[in-house]
Amino acid sequence: MTFLIKGETETWEVVIGLEVHAQVTSEAKLFSGAPTYFGADPNSQVSFVDAGMPGMLPVINEICVEQAVRTGLGLKARINNRSVFSRKNYFYADLPQGYQISQFDLPIVGKGTIVLDMPDGVSREIGIERLHLEQDAGKSIHDLHPSKTFIDLNRSGVALMEIVSDPDMRSPEEAGAYLRKLRSILRYLGTCNGNMDEGSMRCDANVSVRPQGEEGLRTRCEIKNVNSIRFVMQAIEYEARRHVDVYESGGEISQETRQYDSNNGETRSMRSKEMAHDYRYFPDPDLLPLVFDDDYVARIKATLPELPDEKRERFISEYGLTAYDAGVLVVERETSVYFEDVAKDRDPKAAANWVISNLFGALNKMGISITDSPITADNLGKLIDLITDNTISGRIAKDVFEIMLEEGKGPDAIVEEKGLKQITDTGPIEDAIGQVMADNPGKVEEYRGGKDKLIGWFVGQVMKQTGGKANPGKLNELLQKKLAP
Amino acid sequence: MTELTQLTLSEARDGLRKGDFSAVELTQAHIKSMETNRDLNVFITEVPGLAIERAKEADHNRSHGKAGALEGLPLGIKDLFCTEGILTTAASHILDGFTPPYESTVTANLKAAGAITLGKTNLDEFAMGSSNESSYYGAAHNPWKRKGDPRYLVPGGSSGGSAAAVAAHTCLGAIGTDTGGSIRQPASFCGVVGMKPTYGRCSRWGVVAFSSSLDQAGPMTRTVRDSAILLAVMAGHDAKDSTSADMPVPDFEAALSGDIKGLRIGLPCEYRPDGLNSDIAALWDKGVGWLKDAGAEVVDISLPHTKYALPTYYIVAPAEASANLARYDGVRFGLRIEGESLDDMYAKTRAAGFGAEVKRRILIGTYALSAGYYDAYYLKAQKVRQLIHQDFVSAFENVDAILTPTTPSSAFPIGENSDDPVSMYLNDVFTVPASLAGIPGISIPAGLSSDGLPLGLQLLSKRWDEETLFRVAGVLEEAAGFSGLSIGGEG
Repeated sequence: MTFLIKGETETWEVVIGLEVHAQVTSEAKLFSGAPTYFGADPNSQVSFVDAGMPGMLPVINEICVEQAVRTGLGLKARINNRSVFSRKNYFYADLPQGYQISQFDLPIVGKGTIVLDMPDGVSREIGIERLHLEQDAGKSIHDLHPSKTFIDLNRSGVALMEIVSDPDMRSPEEAGAYLRKLRSILRYLGTCNGNMDEGSMRCDANVSVRPQGEEGLRTRCEIKNVNSIRFVMQAIEYEARRHVDVYESGGEISQETRQYDSNNGETRSMRSKEMAHDYRYFPDPDLLPLVFDDDYVARIKATLPELPDEKRERFISEYGLTAYDAGVLVVERETSVYFEDVAKDRDPKAAANWVISNLFGALNKMGISITDSPITADNLGKLIDLITDNTISGRIAKDVFEIMLEEGKGPDAIVEEKGLKQITDTGPIEDAIGQVMADNPGKVEEYRGGKDKLIGWFVGQVMKQTGGKANPGKLNELLQKKLAP
Repeated sequence: MTELTQLTLSEARDGLRKGDFSAVELTQAHIKSMETNRDLNVFITEVPGLAIERAKEADHNRSHGKAGALEGLPLGIKDLFCTEGILTTAASHILDGFTPPYESTVTANLKAAGAITLGKTNLDEFAMGSSNESSYYGAAHNPWKRKGDPRYLVPGGSSGGSAAAVAAHTCLGAIGTDTGGSIRQPASFCGVVGMKPTYGRCSRWGVVAFSSSLDQAGPMTRTVRDSAILLAVMAGHDAKDSTSADMPVPDFEAALSGDIKGLRIGLPCEYRPDGLNSDIAALWDKGVGWLKDAGAEVVDISLPHTKYALPTYYIVAPAEASANLARYDGVRFGLRIEGESLDDMYAKTRAAGFGAEVKRRILIGTYALSAGYYDAYYLKAQKVRQLIHQDFVSAFENVDAILTPTTPSSAFPIGENSDDPVSMYLNDVFTVPASLAGIPGISIPAGLSSDGLPLGLQLLSKRWDEETLFRVAGVLEEAAGFSGLSIGGEG
């Protein structure tokens, strides 16, 4: 899947690297005991440390360290047994300490990889440069008062993992796939809920372009804090085309930080390189270097769940699913669990089919996630059983499925209640056939005269007669016999 | 009642135990002394009402058999420690009206042991200075004066208010903080005992930060025994300070055996530069003699990187301070001068809120950490700091303690050094190396200069060996027979 921009003079390739800020799933903040619930009243989750009060000191929350290591292991990355927290100095009203505690030259996690499975079946390996722990800042609210800014420090000090990719992506689609895959891994690991709309996962995109075949990277621009995958993809595409336009009209791109405006789909300059902060990083003297041994890492590794890549491989080999179906089923851990519950002791392909073709579509339409599905995995499995043991036909099953969606009941009860049980006894079917033949002697003549295709019409009529409950195989067999001259 | 202010802390403790007087009487005597010594400007905030209330509680506790180790003993608290419900200023305009809703760990430890807070003592602004002259509340004065010279002298700094308060008998003891000599140098200038423990011995939680890797709280008292008693209460591991050490706190008072036979005392040649003040050189020699007489073995040693200590300190400390003081921005507490924009508000608030010395150090520190300068200044300073630490580690392979002068001069008149920051910085030339190495040091008043001012000798030991320090200090104190001021008057 190549993404190239045809310009006037050249064909251009886009080069993308992403920095993702993922909020660590933890009860308390990175360096204080204050809670981290989303949506709490402003300034209700702020300790003296988070407010930067005089004499307050940070103490590392070990849970956050464990989550960062877990994430590093999930990204198949190098874990650094010794890392250092540094102060990143800048002034802003929602940064109470006047510095952010972050990691600079010695991050907790080093190089790793993420594998993207693109829709065209190609796998792309994207390098992870590093993952480090850092504090979030508070929030400035500018629109509550004409001249004042309000500050909410609930986020101040919340633990973030900054996950930095190598500049390995070459299309907006790859960037989107990267974010979806990263989110999937984080959710499997339980280290970040990945909710971009709540700001739990935010993305900065570094974008540059170069003529196809050119070695080396040209000047990049960083698009800050984009809050949905779709917007990231749009922003990258816009930015890449902007670069091409600038180069082709003889201009130069200058390194700068830009902002994406989703209203008009454009990026605009926030600050130039000259205006960039000198963050004056230095090791935070309030904190000792973060040191742990291999056993610590091994203990965390032992608790890692099966991750999407491995699960996908297993679904292919164990259940015989196509790569595509397997890929779809493993994106969300909940979905994969649901599928495996349905597939247990049943035909896995039928299970995959029902989950992907029927359930996903229905849930999408209802706008709810699989964890809120009105049809439990157990009930969907039972529905498949009813088809397998010929209690109902596949066609009736679709009706039962709709009723299950609406009423949330089990398929047995619905089939029983509505009298949908399939007719497999010869008698009633023969009666229905007799009736149809008696009512349509002309059609019978035509069929016997060689118009074979009419068999379908007869099937439909008999089905109608039986309220759709006739076993299709039986019906076919008996119909052929009866119609035979 | 004034005679109660003549007691040492340990005598007062024993007197209270025996019921010779009450905590209320003891506290009232010190409140009176605090009032009669107001010309010294040693307290920024006095809390006599609270003190009397606490004294009544202390008497009540004692009568119910619940007396803590410091029950009923009135102390001065350097105004760098956050004290719940009591104005805390760091002697800076920028903390105007800041009353913390929390209590620093060290002062909470003292409170829990029954100590009484008389007030918050004066200091150099944000503990940056060696004379107390950078205080927004005006310099504290040294209760000592030169023979025949009526001029007020500086008490030293930054814990000058605490040192002067103890010397003037306005309190039984005080606590200070030492970053590059801020306990030991004023102790030497005011003729009291000043102890900087090992870095990590006392929690820094709730102490307004100057330089996080150097700041350390310690006691300031009139005797070595008092110092040991106070430190034992102040010290201890605190989970709220990641740099506080999880080490047992020994019974420091029990270490005062008076026996130093066979101990090896090092004399670093680097602390005797050409032109060392002759009074001080002579006192140092005397100190050597006293220790020898007590059975110690004295050896010459070398601490080769000593000369780099001061420049190293003046990179590391301002660098850390430049970040530590960023939180004073007018947004959440203290002074705010409104401005046209956020940046304008910052600029106006910090311009008005910080004094010249604090601004100087923020600028030095910001420069030292800037892109392109970090390696040459901050990183290099950290490397030299390691070498200085290694000097001491090597030295302590052969000696148990090191004896040096505390300061290169005695107290000087207010205003004398205020135009020249470098000559002011030189006050800490003998105290800074131990700060950089994180080792404990204690200054003991050992004699008087030819013009009648107190001079201190400094003892250093390896990390976590305050016991040896107290033991040797006790012997030195005994031999020196230094007699402090009587009642806040002439020496």
